Amino acid sequence: MNTLFSLPEASTHAVTVDHIFYLLLALSGATVALVFGLILLFAVRYRRGSKAKRGPMPEILSREFEIGWTLATLLTFAFLFWWASSADLSSLAAPPHALEIHVVAKQWMWKTQHANGAREINALHVPLHKPVHLLMSSQDVIHSFFVPAFRVKQDVVPGRDTDIWFEASKTGTFPLLCAEYCGTNHSAMRGEIVVMRPEDYANWLTRQPEGDDLVHEGARLFVSQGCSGCHAASSNVHAPRLAGLYGRAVQLADGRTVTADDAYLRDSILQSKRDVVAGFEPIMPSFKGLLDDGEIQSLTAFIRSLGEEPPND
Amino acid sequence: MTDALLAGELPLPPRPDYLHHGSSVWSWLSTTDHKRIAILYAVTITIFFFLGGAAITAVRLELFQPNGWLMTSDSYNKLFSFHGIIMVWFFLVPSIPNTFGNFLLPLMIGAPDVAFPRLNLFSWYLTIAAGAFTVYALVAGGVDTGWTFYTPYSSMFSNTHVFAAAAGVFVVGFASIATGVNFIATTHMLRAPGMTWFRLPLFVWAIYATSLIMVLATPVLAISLLLVIAERVFGLPIFDPARGGDPILFQHLFWFYSHPAVYIMVLPAMGVVSEIIPCFARRRIFGYDFMVYAMLAIAGIGFFVWGHHMFVSGQSPLASLVFSFLSFIIAVPSAIKVFNWTASLYRGQISFESPMLYALGFVGLFTTGGLSGLFLASIPVDVHVTDTYFVVAHFHYIMVGGSVSAFFAGMHFWWPKVTGRRYPESWAKFAAILMYAGFNMTFLPQFFAGYLGMPRRYHTYPAEFQIYNVMSSAGAAVLAVAYLLPLGYLTWSLFYGGKAARNPWGATGLEWTTSSPPPPKNFDWQPRVDRAPYDYHTEGMSAGTDPPEMQNARETQ
Amino acid sequence: MSDETALLREPWLDFARQREAGKFGIWVFLASETLFFGALMLTYMVCRIEHPEAFVAAGRETNIWYGTINTAVLLTSSLTMAVAAQGAESYARLRRLVIACLTLTALLGLAFIVIKGFEYKEDMDKHLVPGAGFELPERAAQLFYGFYWLVTSVHAIHLSIGIALVGRLVWVLLRRELPVTENPEIEVTALYWHLVDIVWIFLYPLIYLPGRSS
Repeated sequence: MNTLFSLPEASTHAVTVDHIFYLLLALSGATVALVFGLILLFAVRYRRGSKAKRGPMPEILSREFEIGWTLATLLTFAFLFWWASSADLSSLAAPPHALEIHVVAKQWMWKTQHANGAREINALHVPLHKPVHLLMSSQDVIHSFFVPAFRVKQDVVPGRDTDIWFEASKTGTFPLLCAEYCGTNHSAMRGEIVVMRPEDYANWLTRQPEGDDLVHEGARLFVSQGCSGCHAASSNVHAPRLAGLYGRAVQLADGRTVTADDAYLRDSILQSKRDVVAGFEPIMPSFKGLLDDGEIQSLTAFIRSLGEEPPND
Repeated sequence: MTDALLAGELPLPPRPDYLHHGSSVWSWLSTTDHKRIAILYAVTITIFFFLGGAAITAVRLELFQPNGWLMTSDSYNKLFSFHGIIMVWFFLVPSIPNTFGNFLLPLMIGAPDVAFPRLNLFSWYLTIAAGAFTVYALVAGGVDTGWTFYTPYSSMFSNTHVFAAAAGVFVVGFASIATGVNFIATTHMLRAPGMTWFRLPLFVWAIYATSLIMVLATPVLAISLLLVIAERVFGLPIFDPARGGDPILFQHLFWFYSHPAVYIMVLPAMGVVSEIIPCFARRRIFGYDFMVYAMLAIAGIGFFVWGHHMFVSGQSPLASLVFSFLSFIIAVPSAIKVFNWTASLYRGQISFESPMLYALGFVGLFTTGGLSGLFLASIPVDVHVTDTYFVVAHFHYIMVGGSVSAFFAGMHFWWPKVTGRRYPESWAKFAAILMYAGFNMTFLPQFFAGYLGMPRRYHTYPAEFQIYNVMSSAGAAVLAVAYLLPLGYLTWSLFYGGKAARNPWGATGLEWTTSSPPPPKNFDWQPRVDRAPYDYHTEGMSAGTDPPEMQNARETQ
Repeated sequence: MSDETALLREPWLDFARQREAGKFGIWVFLASETLFFGALMLTYMVCRIEHPEAFVAAGRETNIWYGTINTAVLLTSSLTMAVAAQGAESYARLRRLVIACLTLTALLGLAFIVIKGFEYKEDMDKHLVPGAGFELPERAAQLFYGFYWLVTSVHAIHLSIGIALVGRLVWVLLRRELPVTENPEIEVTALYWHLVDIVWIFLYPLIYLPGRSS
């Protein structure tokens, strides 16, 4: 896909990154030309024995020069920082209603799962012109999800979720590479991102093998792992109700208020004694070692499906 | 310059120089003479340089083909790891400080030795022991974690000799700390009468700033590796997420040392260049004060930018912004130095002997490498190019194009002083130019490959990158020749080179006022300093405008 | 003083300067040690903030009696060391006092190690070693004990080096190989010993006091 000197700009973000890159390239070129040029000029003009004018040094060649070019450099760099950071800040949070896809990395493959349960290995089909939000975790060591054509990269870490988002702006197939050294077959841990027009993507999605989608799988786990024993509406145990929980502000026992997002749900499952809800006892057992990252993602999807509005009961 | 220089007309009393004062093997292995210790280090780091170079030669051969053709992925991974570990800790960190720093620091300040001579020898033995651990790790089957030892791969998953390699780095860290303590105390306590802080040569300031970093940053490296070893050997759960640990914590601890470490590698190089350019331009350096402040600023701010290695690690965006800002700020003092070196050529009387060629090469390559650092300080661009060959090119421009060029510059500049011999100048000029060309051939293509998406530490790679890899490997062959040439002609000069004069380059600095090679106690009289450094011409005038008598007094035999 | 010539060593021409350099050098070294132990304590802090209840539960299992007695022993050894250093400083001939105090310092240091040994044995009997069969249910309690074993071992190694240095000093002074008065080695060793003590003062609350305030 890459010609000798160019990389496709296949995401909305890629254009911004390339602009900053070209500006930096121009600035660097100018600096190199200035420095190399001056060195060459002085080397020739002031070579030993040459007839160039020497004599008393000019008055101006002193502190003023030093302070001058120090300030100029400082201001230029401050501007570069500002420009690059605003680009970074504006691309931080995924837009609302982005298409959510779960990614699990392990030595040495990528496993992706769409919201409807469609799974892929070392590949990811996404629709054109729609923001896609990846929620990622690793099953073993640190990997890194890298799509050069999109100019995106994010480390995938065991024991926590990291996320990244992009909006593809060109159809085609683009390389996916692991960019954090992860052992023997690090360089073979590659895949493809396939960007399709929305209609084609929809077709493709419906043609995927029947798999439990995340919500159904989560619902099964909710019962089989015993969560419903305390958290179901019919339970006698005093446990927080989960309907409408996702995205809501939650008051904790230690006085803090947090938002019930993916990270909160994950922590509540794995470190249940940590952020206890106000008014409840810390009696929930921890599921560390009992649920893997894929199962936690399913449970999270299930809890989300229980509604994002305030509860009626 | 001291009046001793003018008194150079007097014949010196006959006595052996430091090289011939005792010639048994034991007299060398038990020496406390900083000059002999410098030679011991020079031999040691040369061996390590060629070991690390051999490893990367194998790597670059393998990279001729995109799908591997000479070795397995495991072997490849072990080779690049070995290359990184040896080059960073057993070549670059000790190279200039422990060879030129050891040899020249006391001479430049007019002292008979360093503050703690026995500690100096002990540092060398620690380096040898550490090297033994690391070479053992290689011989026993290698380590494949990369020089960065990231967890949890290194602490829980790798099946290679992580303990031996990490132990080697741990021990050489103590050598580094001991050297730093020694040099700081020497600079504070042993300056000759009249040698005030702002009359010190810039090389001394560079070594001083480097020593500050060595003392304060290296202990954190020691802890980070100790924790990895503890997890591997004793099963402690520090970085294991399943037991409450945090793998990213390792990255913070590791980079807290490893970023300042790159300044340990580059500041001494800057010091060397600051000695050479004034000498061959016959000019006072431009902006001495700013040069000093710039080095101290680099050393200080360098402790607060480590997070720029972790923009994609999952670090908070706020932290990333702070690190990005400080990383832009730290580029300013480096820029000041480049401008000052350039301005130091203005109205000079420039000649192009080999030390000057290497020094000018440093300025060019360091500028290029430093500018590529701006790309890495910008978060959106860094997200795209981090962990690709763009970064590999960036740090090789600075560490190899920069520090190694400066090391060779210093070798050639001070060779007559250290060995008392002259090397063949035309060979040296040829090697300098060949090195510059070979270096650019090797590493310039890597910027392109990285931006186009070739990740680093890849044994096999997508076929579209082959052209860049072939260019890079071809360049590496040229570079290898350029590195072997000095090994050849410098060794030749030890046996067949002409005798060197006391001050063949006509340079200022106390080291040039004593004989070549110096006597065991450095000076036959007590040096006294009464003027600023780089006294190549009257202040306010340009080079070569002094009346002939003054010029002759400076240009000593 | 005739002692000076015995103590003067290369490259120094002036004994006062040599002493000053020795003190300066050890202070610079202590700065590096501060970062060494500081990095360990920072790591502990980060883990404790991440896992507060586990650290509290784990902290309760440490034996505060051993810890407090050891603190008293070490602080006393710093006192005897300070007396020795002060005695060597002064002009008067306090040779016997200095050697006696140095000996006491080394013995107190050894006592610390011995008491620590008993504490380690008890910890092992209580299955407080991270790994299979660990006593406490909280996962991160293993993290606390990982720290405990690591940082106390590193401290003990530093202490042992200190005891060896003090022991060697006693030996060399008894055999009159070096004079006592204004001996820079005594001062340098004293500063090192005080560092080892200060590190322990920081470690004590981190190890023995979590979970005990309520």
